[in-house]
Amino acid sequence: MKQFIKSFCVAAVAVGISASASAGNITVKGSDTLLILAQKWAENYMGSHADVKISVTGGGTGTGFAALQNQTTDLCDASRKAKAAEIANCIKAFNARPTEYKVALDGLSVYVNPESPLKELTVAQVGDIFTGKTKNWKEVGGPDAPITLYSRENSSGTYEFFKEHVLKGHDFAASAQTMPGTAAIVQAVLKDKYGIGYGGAAYGGGTKQLSIKKDDTSPAIDPTENNVESGTYPIWRYLYVYVNPALDKGDIAAYLNWIRSDDGQKYVKEVGYFPLPKNLRN
Amino acid sequence: MGIHRGHQARPVEWLAEKFIFLVSLSAIVMVFLIFLFVAREALPLFFGETNTALVQKPIPTADLEKLSPAKLQQYLELTPAQFAAMDKDTLKSLMDVKQEAQDEVPEEFRNDPDARINTTEWRYLVLPHQWNHYDKPEYIWQPVGQIQKYNIIPLLVGTLKTTLIGLLFAVPLSVGAAIYVSQMARPKMREIIKPTIELLSGIPSVVVGFFALLVMATVLQKVFGYQTRLNAFVAGIALGFAVIPVIFSIAEDALTSVPRAYTQAALALGASRWQTAWQIVLPAALPGVFAATVLGFGRAIGETMIVLMVCSASVMSWSIFDSARSITTTIAAEMAEAVSGGPHYRILFMLGALLFAVTFVSNMVAGAVIQRFKLKLEGKR
Amino acid sequence: MNARKHFRAEKFDFASFFFTGLTGLATLLILGILATILINIIANGVRGFSWHFVSTIPKKDFFDVNTTGVLPMIVGTTICVFVMTIFVLPVGVITAIYLTEYAANNSLVTKFIRAAVNNLAGVPSIVFGLFGLGFFINFIGKNIDAVLHNPSAVWGQPALIWASLTLAIMTMPVVIVATEESLKAIPPGLREASLALGATKLETILRVVLPQALPGIMTGGILAVSRAAGEVAPILFTGVAYYMASLPHHVTDQFMDLGYHVFVLSTQSPNIEQTRPILYATVLVLLLLTFALNLVAIVIRARVRKKLRALG
Repeated sequence: MKQFIKSFCVAAVAVGISASASAGNITVKGSDTLLILAQKWAENYMGSHADVKISVTGGGTGTGFAALQNQTTDLCDASRKAKAAEIANCIKAFNARPTEYKVALDGLSVYVNPESPLKELTVAQVGDIFTGKTKNWKEVGGPDAPITLYSRENSSGTYEFFKEHVLKGHDFAASAQTMPGTAAIVQAVLKDKYGIGYGGAAYGGGTKQLSIKKDDTSPAIDPTENNVESGTYPIWRYLYVYVNPALDKGDIAAYLNWIRSDDGQKYVKEVGYFPLPKNLRN
Repeated sequence: MGIHRGHQARPVEWLAEKFIFLVSLSAIVMVFLIFLFVAREALPLFFGETNTALVQKPIPTADLEKLSPAKLQQYLELTPAQFAAMDKDTLKSLMDVKQEAQDEVPEEFRNDPDARINTTEWRYLVLPHQWNHYDKPEYIWQPVGQIQKYNIIPLLVGTLKTTLIGLLFAVPLSVGAAIYVSQMARPKMREIIKPTIELLSGIPSVVVGFFALLVMATVLQKVFGYQTRLNAFVAGIALGFAVIPVIFSIAEDALTSVPRAYTQAALALGASRWQTAWQIVLPAALPGVFAATVLGFGRAIGETMIVLMVCSASVMSWSIFDSARSITTTIAAEMAEAVSGGPHYRILFMLGALLFAVTFVSNMVAGAVIQRFKLKLEGKR
Repeated sequence: MNARKHFRAEKFDFASFFFTGLTGLATLLILGILATILINIIANGVRGFSWHFVSTIPKKDFFDVNTTGVLPMIVGTTICVFVMTIFVLPVGVITAIYLTEYAANNSLVTKFIRAAVNNLAGVPSIVFGLFGLGFFINFIGKNIDAVLHNPSAVWGQPALIWASLTLAIMTMPVVIVATEESLKAIPPGLREASLALGATKLETILRVVLPQALPGIMTGGILAVSRAAGEVAPILFTGVAYYMASLPHHVTDQFMDLGYHVFVLSTQSPNIEQTRPILYATVLVLLLLTFALNLVAIVIRARVRKKLRALG
């Protein structure tokens, strides 16, 4: 019994310790897509600013917004724009809209097997393939073989972006196989001669990345760094950071400025995304 | 236990007994709380307070003054306390957000009849609906996108598919092994085999999932030659791994608890060991084996990580070589991205409550069967 | 056994042979599955496994094969299950004491408690996760924040303490069942002797019964810890973090977890082939942790059961 009383005491003490965020601490939470980049930024910024401590956690964009409303995080990483309901929740919580900062670009490539004779597709063709309207490669100038679709988990930001901007909001075909990550899609496409998948332009290692035409008349563009940065490659998105405007001052504002400066943007490429165009930088 | 109750005249004893009694009630309290709080988060769904219609008629911000406070509060989805604490500017910006959300709706969805549907109504949750761009009424779970489709039938089918495959694989194996270990094997062997099989339950499900994803999926695909590498079949077999120790352990206990007199009588009458096991012991222990299966079902239906790692597309298909998405997987994968307190969040909690109800019933059934079985063997019925 | 042999049919019995073989095969297959999993993991895991691996906090990118480590995950999992035992052991043991020492076997309350314990054991782990989010974080945590007038949420967010409490509720049946088993294995004579010598019931339980039951209680605790250490679903929404640069300092911090890390490595890896060694090594660490605990528990439990059988 004594032991139990002792252990109760330990628990009580443990519960009694309350965490309090000290000045100079910045917490970042949100999208797992942005996590590695956020971590890289934090490490390098802390290297040159010894007085600032930054902690980064993931959990998903939805989790990040929930934390922003609860004010348990200073910055919210988001791989998509805030939804109206989330903005409304923020207003209810701290009487202001969260401030949105664009922090990087992400280009999405369409991967096919290296043996595929196909070179280019229009955005509409890609959309038709993934909605299941186009079922055979010969309909888009390939061999006479059924198309196998590889898609992402419906909770991923990549999935949502692809659905909104390439499929124009229509549903993925029921036959699309759901893969747990971009790497799994790449692996599957490499093994499947008639497979097609999508994911970050930097992660397509070994697959053939198709050139994409905006519409029938426009030229086919490769998903290269220059093309994504200049906006000529048609499938790309912004990555965002959201912040409570009341907190956007001092250390946090300085950090946000640094992320969007030339200095901060040079780390973006290391993790497979693309830096902001010059006019959006700080 | 042979101790006489008493000593109630002593206050310390009395207090201790009451304290112990109160603490022991915590299990009951917890079961209630679990149901209460999981269901609580899903409640707005049952009261029809969620609306997912993409196109709604926004009230212009300029009309703020014209609205009655009650109507405004309802329109902005505020609690009375929130509403009371808000100044006019905040209310205005909330109304602006509503307006903007409507402005952002893509042109081609403006006239889509689906965009006016509140997809969280019960008929869209359980009945097939012919959505725009589909040829026939279909069951669709596509919670992310302009028009959120929350039909839970594909998830139920996915859950049943993986669970049944798991049970079809696990029940014969583990009951067979239980018969062997309890009836055929020598006692020495038994002492070794039983704990070893129970060791299987010590493998965390995330490790089983990892093994299925990396190793089993490839091997099974080579053996059976199907197209989709990650499918309900792989997930089901992996689920079986997790369920085998549960079924084996309980079935073995049931078989062992059949009185020795039964076996001895049968053997004395000249039956072979196999005949004794099959015709005497197994029928006597059948309720226990049934209970083991039911508990295995509960375990399989509630297993999360294995199915999450192995297959995850919410396809409405009964083919075992297609992908499947179980209820547990859906909750685990989508909760982090769902808007906290939004319709998607509510539906995930509703699925959780449903899952709890199903396992609650299967546990109760199994518990009752085991109880009766024990009484019968003890000759009390 | 000898008697059985004596009465066995002399003639070769095909059905008997066939079905014995079939059930034996089932047993072998199960053992084979277990062996395959273990051998596969150990053989592949030892390659990436090193002292450096288990003692390093990954500073940059934990997918980097050469510099990564799992120290924060080991620490996080350990602290989480340790805090859990603080909650689950007292409650579980006291419940078991009530059930064996105090409760009348046929009373309605006892039946209810038993049914509740059985049910708790069968609740899907993901439902515990939802409960942790709905009850601990959204209800208890938010109310603590409201009472303390915290300017920002401290308790009303995913945290180590909530993950531990969620796991504690999940593992309560394990502790109750194991403790009950060991309490039943204590000869009633011991209790009667103690009572006859004038000890009160409480004294008997504290001084005679509990010390005897200690191995069983330990088994329960160890089994609970090993079960909790491998669980991912209950902590998904209640406390686990994908990445944290530092170890958790407070019970309100989030933490990294070995099981969740296995999930992250096997599904989110940027290059599956390249990260395979660290994935296997992480699985090996997790398995070593849970298996070592399980093995100890099984050995102690086997002893307790033998004692029980000798009594019964």
